[in-house]
Amino acid sequence: MSYGALLLLSLWLGYALAAGAKNASGVTVGSKPFTESVILGEIATELLRGRAIEVRHKSQLGGTRLLWQALLAGEIDLYPEYTGTLLEEILGNRLKGRREVSALREALAEQGLGMSEPLGFNNTYALGMLAARADLLRIATLSDLRNHPSLKFGFSNEFMARADGWPGLKRAYGLPQQSAVGLDHDLAYRGLTSGTLDVTDLYTTDAEIRYYSLRVLRDDRGYFPDYRAVFLYRADLEQRLPAVLPVLRRLEGQVTEETMIALNSAVKLDKVPESQVATGFLNQRLGIPPAEPRLASVSADLGRRTVEHLTLVAISLTGAILVAVPLGILCARKPRLGRWVLGGAGILQTIPSLALLVFMIPLLGIGEWPAIVALFLYSLLPILRNTCTGLRDIPRSLLESADALGLPRFDRLRWVELPLASRTILAGIKTAAVIDVGMATLGALIGAGGYGQPILTGIRLDDTGLILQGAVPAALLALGIEGLFELAERWLVPKGLRL
Amino acid sequence: MLKLSRITKSYAGVIVLRDIDLSIPRGRVMVVIGASGSGKSTLIRMANGLILPDRGTVEFMGEQVTAATALALRRRMGYLIQEGGLFPHLTAHDNVALMPSRLGWSLDRIDTRLFELLDLVRLPKAALARYPSQLSGGERQRVALIRALMLDPELLLLDEPLGALDPLIRYELQADLKALFASLGKTVLMVTHDLGEAGFFADEIVLLHQGAIAQQGPMAALLEAPASPYVARFVRAQRGLAGSLVRPPP
Repeated sequence: MSYGALLLLSLWLGYALAAGAKNASGVTVGSKPFTESVILGEIATELLRGRAIEVRHKSQLGGTRLLWQALLAGEIDLYPEYTGTLLEEILGNRLKGRREVSALREALAEQGLGMSEPLGFNNTYALGMLAARADLLRIATLSDLRNHPSLKFGFSNEFMARADGWPGLKRAYGLPQQSAVGLDHDLAYRGLTSGTLDVTDLYTTDAEIRYYSLRVLRDDRGYFPDYRAVFLYRADLEQRLPAVLPVLRRLEGQVTEETMIALNSAVKLDKVPESQVATGFLNQRLGIPPAEPRLASVSADLGRRTVEHLTLVAISLTGAILVAVPLGILCARKPRLGRWVLGGAGILQTIPSLALLVFMIPLLGIGEWPAIVALFLYSLLPILRNTCTGLRDIPRSLLESADALGLPRFDRLRWVELPLASRTILAGIKTAAVIDVGMATLGALIGAGGYGQPILTGIRLDDTGLILQGAVPAALLALGIEGLFELAERWLVPKGLRL
Repeated sequence: MLKLSRITKSYAGVIVLRDIDLSIPRGRVMVVIGASGSGKSTLIRMANGLILPDRGTVEFMGEQVTAATALALRRRMGYLIQEGGLFPHLTAHDNVALMPSRLGWSLDRIDTRLFELLDLVRLPKAALARYPSQLSGGERQRVALIRALMLDPELLLLDEPLGALDPLIRYELQADLKALFASLGKTVLMVTHDLGEAGFFADEIVLLHQGAIAQQGPMAALLEAPASPYVARFVRAQRGLAGSLVRPPP
């Protein structure tokens, strides 16, 4: 490769990273990847912004575990959480069965965290089904489900896995249904209306309950704990930015169940942007006049996302090439060691992306770096395998000819082996690049932006247009990269091998 | 020039070469002949250290061929194999120029040497711009021969150099090679399975059988005074196969 191109690439990467670097001052608010959490995050953000506190909102991060780790690591300062989730899921082991609020606060304080008073509403888990179908089957309570073992259950992935979710519920009620599928919460509603699902988990403040005419099944054994919304924050906020907590406390007790359902409906069903819903709420409820709206045009967004996405792909792929090609050479030279290295890269490939991201928060925080490292790890295998195979498949007679000329080992590699394997190696890099472009959409889960951002938001808001705003450029980018590699092949693969 | 002393080599417990002693004086053409599996390919690869002996020593111009010395010594030996072993990703020109340019030869020096050799091996200049896959089998061997001769080696190692060629081209190249040996006065170690070819080239023939020398001497000796029943059988079989093609020794 020409050195000029490398230099340009590194300059651009440096620029992109510098632009993406976070400034240390101010407050960072986080939120989970569902609408209610994003709205609450926006409300906190707008409220603080109105008090001239510098604030950023890292919205729709990957999930409870990810936010919790990010809060502990200081990557975010506060985020909306639910008491039930804290009791059952996050601190379940530490509390050892104690369920009082004081115990909860104690356990949080041990971790350097604090918790606001409840904001008002209780958004507990519930199971729901289409009202018409529930009536037909005479199902009103969770106990009634026992009589219908053939019902098809589909739950959000988080509910499937949580201690207080499906496993516990199944035990508590002795439910006979064996198969339950895990899927995205927002897709579950479509499953209900299309008839592929009968029962799904709900949040009691979901806007969709009314919209889809759902029956919320009564929790007649009182299985689900209270899920009162609170803000979790880092205790060091009190010293670092003393103005923040008193402002945040103004929200305590202000959000009733009806209010929350209305806010959720405004965003999900009426397609009002979250920030506008948040300022509207602050204005009506707390009499706070809306600050200047933050504007962002679609084209500016697209440009920014493209830079973010390309940054993720370029850095992770460059790193993967620099590591995997030498490793591939090693694999070809030492087959026994090679098997271990290839096996290791194969195992990396099987780690679910969200799990990988959660592992990395303590080391790398949130933002582009954990996403880059994850993409880097996923890109290793195709490059490694193709480099190794490409080198191993070179006929022995050619290697012997090179040796017989008196070519030193390095020259043999540089002038004979790598050129002969170039096509296979390049094919591996191409595979890695195309996978990388697709995988880079997961960057949105950890605040690295990219085309995944509109896709994630689009799924959450059931907005196909928004999904396409991310999916189409991602697909075009993959095609573009594919084309780029066709060109690179003409340049890098010796002509003699293309006859 | 080249001296092999008490060479033994085995692969996975199977002995391929057993106690071989062999010496080629400067300017002589020695041809090693034998059935497949007789160990002749292993033997020629030992001369330039592609294979190292389990026991015994290989000496080239008074220097022992070892893993450490092989690299430098190989540059003083030309090596040519059956299919030429040309690198498919390089043009004929770049194939022959690869090693000289690694050694820092100027382009002028390379081209001067190249044009000498083009005449010598009777290859048209236009062939140099082509890739190996665009050349005929005979042209490929001629390019490979140039590559082997580029650094003006003292010893030529030829492993079945004509084995993969059509009869007509083979006949032509045979004659050209013979003339070339005579004009350059190089020391040559050649391997073949064809007794006729061996007789055509050799000052001295070495017949290998199961890793040991069955007979060593001029062609006439093999024909007229076979050292063992095996030698007699080998000679008879080859003559019977294509008796009229076996040329008399020069």
